[in-house]
Amino acid sequence: MDIVVCLKQTFDTEAKIVLDSSGKIDSTGVNLVMNPYDEFAVEEALKLREKFGGQVTLVSMGGERVTESLRTALAMGCDEAILIQDPALESPDEWVTAEVLAKAVSQIPYDIILAGRIAVDDGSGQVAIRLADALKIPSVNCILKLETADGKAEVTREIDGGTELIEVSLPAVLTTQKGLNIPRYPSMMGIMKAKKKEIKRLTLADLGMSAADLPRKMSIMKFNLPSPRKGGMKISGEAADAAKELARILREEAKVI
Amino acid sequence: MNFDLNEDHIMMRKMVRDFAEQECAPGAEERDEKEEFPMELWKKCGELGLAGITFPEEYCGVGADYLSYAITVEELSRVDASLGVTVSAHSSLCANPIYLFGTEEQKQKYLIPLVTGEKMGAFGLTEAMAGSDASGTRTTAVRDGNDYIINGSKIFITNGYYADTYVITAQMDKSKGNRGIAAFILEKGMPGFTFGKKEKKMGIRSSATYELVFENVRIPAENLLGEEGQGFKIAMVTLDYGRIGIASQALGIAQGAYEQALKYAKERSQFGKTLSELEVIQFKLADMALQIEAARLLVYQACHMATEHRPVSKYAAMAKVHASETANMVATQAVQILGGYGYTRDYPVERMMRDAKITEIYEGTSEIQRLVIAANILKD
Repeated sequence: MDIVVCLKQTFDTEAKIVLDSSGKIDSTGVNLVMNPYDEFAVEEALKLREKFGGQVTLVSMGGERVTESLRTALAMGCDEAILIQDPALESPDEWVTAEVLAKAVSQIPYDIILAGRIAVDDGSGQVAIRLADALKIPSVNCILKLETADGKAEVTREIDGGTELIEVSLPAVLTTQKGLNIPRYPSMMGIMKAKKKEIKRLTLADLGMSAADLPRKMSIMKFNLPSPRKGGMKISGEAADAAKELARILREEAKVI
Repeated sequence: MNFDLNEDHIMMRKMVRDFAEQECAPGAEERDEKEEFPMELWKKCGELGLAGITFPEEYCGVGADYLSYAITVEELSRVDASLGVTVSAHSSLCANPIYLFGTEEQKQKYLIPLVTGEKMGAFGLTEAMAGSDASGTRTTAVRDGNDYIINGSKIFITNGYYADTYVITAQMDKSKGNRGIAAFILEKGMPGFTFGKKEKKMGIRSSATYELVFENVRIPAENLLGEEGQGFKIAMVTLDYGRIGIASQALGIAQGAYEQALKYAKERSQFGKTLSELEVIQFKLADMALQIEAARLLVYQACHMATEHRPVSKYAAMAKVHASETANMVATQAVQILGGYGYTRDYPVERMMRDAKITEIYEGTSEIQRLVIAANILKD
């Protein structure tokens, strides 16, 4: 079974977000990690390969630092990686990303395409679903369990207040949710082996595409940081009076009781 | 000269740190309290390749350098020094002498299962009358046909009882002193090989420290490690490399205690300021950070010498003495910064201060390290 994992590198979830002078998110000095939801995709791909054999190929788009996350996934056991890099892909929208990924993925064999259900940075959750659309294959998002047999997959997906069991024909795009598995640590041997595995770099030209084919449909106009939290309030005075005052504030101002 | 870690080392540090923080840190306090050996974690260490980092792939090792090993022991010890020394004693003191001095048959039989983590290793040199001075070795080995017969005992043996494979030293000809000593490979369960007292220790309490007892233990001649009379040299070379492991353990303890103190100093308010805003605390933190960086550079330099197969003795001794003294200074100051809380078992610095002390004692006391350094600089 050949599996493709779409991987995105994101800010460390503990990173402090600041805007630069032009109002864009400043990534200098920020620790970058593999999108945590993509780790579930990598783990699931490796489990499928252990069961059925085949290849696990990583596909990613982005700058040079993405190789750090690709190497980590290779160290976990993935077989090879494709990194699409092109100056024209500086700030793509989800449609552009999906079109480019679809082109790259269509050139390699696949039975299942896995991706995290959402990237923890922009959180749009669109790319994997758009990718399925571009490839004209079905997609199921938010999966918690996966069983495959006879060219089909039985997947349990999370829905509001419960779960849903779906049968889907393969190939398909499946997006992974927390709870699907526990991602493994890359082993020392895996880290040493990852060096010898290939990260194939492709440009738009290599994919037979050009910037003219990819007019962005969406542009980000402005980023706003959340407004800073207001300081707390201290109620002074005798305990009995303070309690009365607190009750009044909770009822009349905060309106919570 | 490049002070940056390469991509592999960065990835290894992240992997071991994730493993240490997620799997090892949560139970460290309880294991210390109950003196409980970290057997489950040891098995996981084996699966992650942490049991055979510096050994070549032909013996199923990772084939990585000493820096990878140091980073591993440092990161484990940053949260649990007992686990750090379990890995260090196994690799440095048991697998390494078999790798350096063993025959091909010994490597196939004993090194491979050690390196994969299937078996655990220990090393027996110290005796009641032979500590820093190995010439006091009373354990004897006598050749008898195709066997050797071992009698005597060893004390303070890290990984004792839990380990499967033991490299031990025994005296074959007392008149020759150190040159009469030989090293042997023993297996747990050999008739006559038993375990005596389990030590109750001040620190590294979840690491196992046992007495080994040999009563007419008959071992085949092929379990002689190196040659007869080579045992003292084997022990000294083993300890030279072993000190890199203990230096890394001490560095990890120091780093762990420092981070606890730094975090607390930023949060705790006294006199209307956080502790970190008080100059008296700032100076403590600065000294801690300074000594840790110096220790780290010494440890990583010793790793470089070991990886390059250059004389490691002086550098490993320097790294060990400085890192262990740093661990003690930093852990003591961390307790001081945390004050009354630091003295309780509610915060890990109390354990770290107890764990730090042994690093100035085992695998050569700080006094012995200074003798090793002096011998090296005076001979040049």
